[in-house]
Amino acid sequence: MVQIAMATGFILILMGLYGALTNHNILRIIVSFSVANTGVNIVLVAIGYMHGRTAPILNEVVPVAQAAARIIDPVPQALVLTAIVIGLGITTLMLAFAYKLYERKGTLDISKFSELKW
Amino acid sequence: MIKRTLVILFLLGLGSLFIALMQGYTPDTELNLTGRYYAEHTAQDIGAANIVTAIIVTYRGLDTIGEVTVLFLTAAIVGMLLSRGNHKGKSLQRELPQSGELLTTGSYLLVPLILLLGAYVFINGHLTPGGGFQGGAIIASAILLMLLTDPLRHFSHQLITIIESVSGLLFVSIGVLGMFYAGGFLDNRILPVGDLGSLFSAGAIPVIYSLIGLKVGAEFSSMLVNLSETEDS
Repeated sequence: MVQIAMATGFILILMGLYGALTNHNILRIIVSFSVANTGVNIVLVAIGYMHGRTAPILNEVVPVAQAAARIIDPVPQALVLTAIVIGLGITTLMLAFAYKLYERKGTLDISKFSELKW
Repeated sequence: MIKRTLVILFLLGLGSLFIALMQGYTPDTELNLTGRYYAEHTAQDIGAANIVTAIIVTYRGLDTIGEVTVLFLTAAIVGMLLSRGNHKGKSLQRELPQSGELLTTGSYLLVPLILLLGAYVFINGHLTPGGGFQGGAIIASAILLMLLTDPLRHFSHQLITIIESVSGLLFVSIGVLGMFYAGGFLDNRILPVGDLGSLFSAGAIPVIYSLIGLKVGAEFSSMLVNLSETEDS
């Protein structure tokens, strides 16, 4: 189970990087970055998973006394929650910059923006 | 062509690195030290049934303030970047086709229900999987539905700003209260901890997470509204 989730995450990272490096349209690059970001999150959650355990929420099924033996690691989950929110902020910023670039040049082709190229 | 070959070579290298990582990975059979501490101490110290919430709001509350600040900065930068194009575009508003009977009527039915679900998710953040960030995102999705129904609808930027600033200010002041009446900054025990698993438990966590929910909802909404208002130019 963990291996499948981890492999999916790694493949998503590679797919996202391939898309970001080969596409010319800025919007496609932004989508590729989102895909890679999702891959990183999946890998992080997969590392926190432990076989045969349940979510880190205390209730009738997980009494307080046995909590340490019944729940999976809560730290990666908290980390990924933060990572998702920050990822959304980055995506929004990239979209806003893409809009500004389109306003200036009338195109979203990244090869037309050569001011910072040497 | 050369560029594409280089990219593929780079990705192959990265992929072999990942494969080596996966082969060397052995899943833990027991919680590590940090996870064990949180699992054993959350119930009596914090009183929150959801351990992830206890970590985010109390144990690592300072990081959450940073996270909310990053979101606020993003919303502010998006607003600043997109505000100038806005004045120019005011006269260029084009006629949009009607959004259709189904979408309009459906949004009347769904928007209040989605808002209710969002509030439920962030008020119950210490009991169920969910919390301020998720609830805020759900609230913003209601705003998105309203924008889809009528892309030219005007949302009050002032109202969004007021909700955001007031909830952010209250969030920090609750944190400061914790320094005087409990163990330290953002300590949740300024209110009684209560019974594990009931709605009014876990001290200040439901209050703090509701404020985070309102703040995140307002920030996401302001990003959506700013991005949508660029469309008419």
